[in-house]
Amino acid sequence: MSKAPVLLGSSGDSLREACGKELTKIAPDYPNVVVLDADIAGGTGMHHFRKTFPDRFIQCGIAEQNMMAMAGGLAATGLIPVVTTFAVFMLRSIEQARLSIGYADMNVKIVASHPGLDVGPDGASAQCLEDLACYRSIPNMVVLSPCDPLEIEQATKAILDYEGPVYMRTGRSDAQRILGEDYQFEIGKAKILKNGSDITIMGCGVTTGRALEAAKILEMDGISVRIVNMSTIKPIDSAMVIKCANETKGIITVEDHNILGGLGSAVAEVLVQHNPVPMEFVGVRDSFGESGEPNELAKKYGIDYKAIIKSVHQLLERI
Amino acid sequence: MDIKKIARMVSINSLKMIFHAESGHPGGVLSSIDIILFLFMKEMKYDSKDFLIKERDRFILSKGHCAPALYAVAAEVGIIEKSRLNGLRKLDHELQGHTHRGATPWVEASTGSLGQGFSFAIGEAKGLKMQNIDNRVYVMLGDGELQEGEVWEGAMFAGHHHLENLCAVIDYNKMQSDDLNENIMGLEPLSDKWKAFNWHVIEIDGHNFDEIGKAFDKATTIRNKPTVIIAHTIKGKGVSYMEGSPAWHGSLKLSTEDLTLALLELGATEEEINGYINE
Repeated sequence: MSKAPVLLGSSGDSLREACGKELTKIAPDYPNVVVLDADIAGGTGMHHFRKTFPDRFIQCGIAEQNMMAMAGGLAATGLIPVVTTFAVFMLRSIEQARLSIGYADMNVKIVASHPGLDVGPDGASAQCLEDLACYRSIPNMVVLSPCDPLEIEQATKAILDYEGPVYMRTGRSDAQRILGEDYQFEIGKAKILKNGSDITIMGCGVTTGRALEAAKILEMDGISVRIVNMSTIKPIDSAMVIKCANETKGIITVEDHNILGGLGSAVAEVLVQHNPVPMEFVGVRDSFGESGEPNELAKKYGIDYKAIIKSVHQLLERI
Repeated sequence: MDIKKIARMVSINSLKMIFHAESGHPGGVLSSIDIILFLFMKEMKYDSKDFLIKERDRFILSKGHCAPALYAVAAEVGIIEKSRLNGLRKLDHELQGHTHRGATPWVEASTGSLGQGFSFAIGEAKGLKMQNIDNRVYVMLGDGELQEGEVWEGAMFAGHHHLENLCAVIDYNKMQSDDLNENIMGLEPLSDKWKAFNWHVIEIDGHNFDEIGKAFDKATTIRNKPTVIIAHTIKGKGVSYMEGSPAWHGSLKLSTEDLTLALLELGATEEEINGYINE
């Protein structure tokens, strides 16, 4: 008899796996935490939690609208529900998130795996490029997109300590560790990962690593770039955005998301009101994705490190 | 006082609120009052002076547009002050057009998007059960609401998870916003649908307090499955020109004449009605 097939991507150091492992690790300290799943825990990293805490794992079936609104009800009994599925299905249930979680101001954590082109071969139907824009516009909702396994571990704990609704992206592909041991995530605080004086590049999720990669090459050409990790999309760290506008000549945002409504828009909203320095947006230019490996897609849709380098040159020409 | 008389008073107060708000949904409000009143007066365990203690039975009005019925009942049983009722739908007032726990924490859920209150109630039932809290969750749905797919997602969940602490009531007045259910998207065979989702089903006359009481008694004895009470009701109950007419679903404005006619039928005197109008 052949062995059961190994599910693709169910192991490794992806953001989803790091989140699932960390949540499982800290769960004994948070006895009120329960995880809601829509038959996809193997893909979201929550299989770790299911295995260790079967009594605190709520299988909701493939029924995301009910799952989302039900989370509000669970929170109303004092539990801390963590709603988990792919980011696209968080869109399917966004009206439930709006009313039963955002408007009702319930202490629910919405943890979305499989955001952006980072999803890869499953294609456009599963590649969610709209979630940051949509969830950002829900009042009361905090929106996060941590950049590496260390930050997602810290953020997983931080969202449980925070009282109120949170939307957090994890990620599908294997994620590089890019942050130092001394890094400390805080909701609402952007962090400068590398200083520079010419241009500031602001990333979130998988794009922060690409920005660091681009910075190395740009430095060789004598261009000094500052890299800022904007893992909180909402509330945006306005002070950091203004500081970078004052201290560097222009700002570039990079995101695995539609350029409409996501990180770039959030940063632009701050800039135009305070110090409208020139800005470039690196992101998916209002299109859907397609099947392919994440690195191939990043190249084709202009969100890889080369696209960042190109946009830095474009920006410098405008200054 | 006899619960029937109190129900008429709650109906009067609800219509008075809708009149002063200059908008609202009188038809479904009147069909739902008897059951909501029974729950708060006779069935549910709670402390009206310390309502938010965790160990309480819970009621969620998933058909959130009938909020005036719930507000008027709450005033009747002392959860809120009667003097607040005329603030319904007014700026800077807590009584929102559709129930909202942010404004009035005792309403449990924020509703008004059909289907969601039902899911929220299922979450509460599951949460109480997981914490071994021996309280019950009641949720009222409209009949038109059953056309939402989310309701059947929730029905499947509650059946699968054996939520015997959950009791849903369908205010089956046979009418929805535009027309009869059967002309919009028919619900029958409704009882069979719920049975197929592993629910215990009870059908009653939703305006007969004996039947209402017996149904809730029975529901508490059911093990391993949730109960749904299909309550056959009359839209616009007690007001002859509204009964049987989808036109009074709303949202609509009640004229002074509309209110006067309605309240006379509900037993108010002309003098009382003049007082209500001038409140």
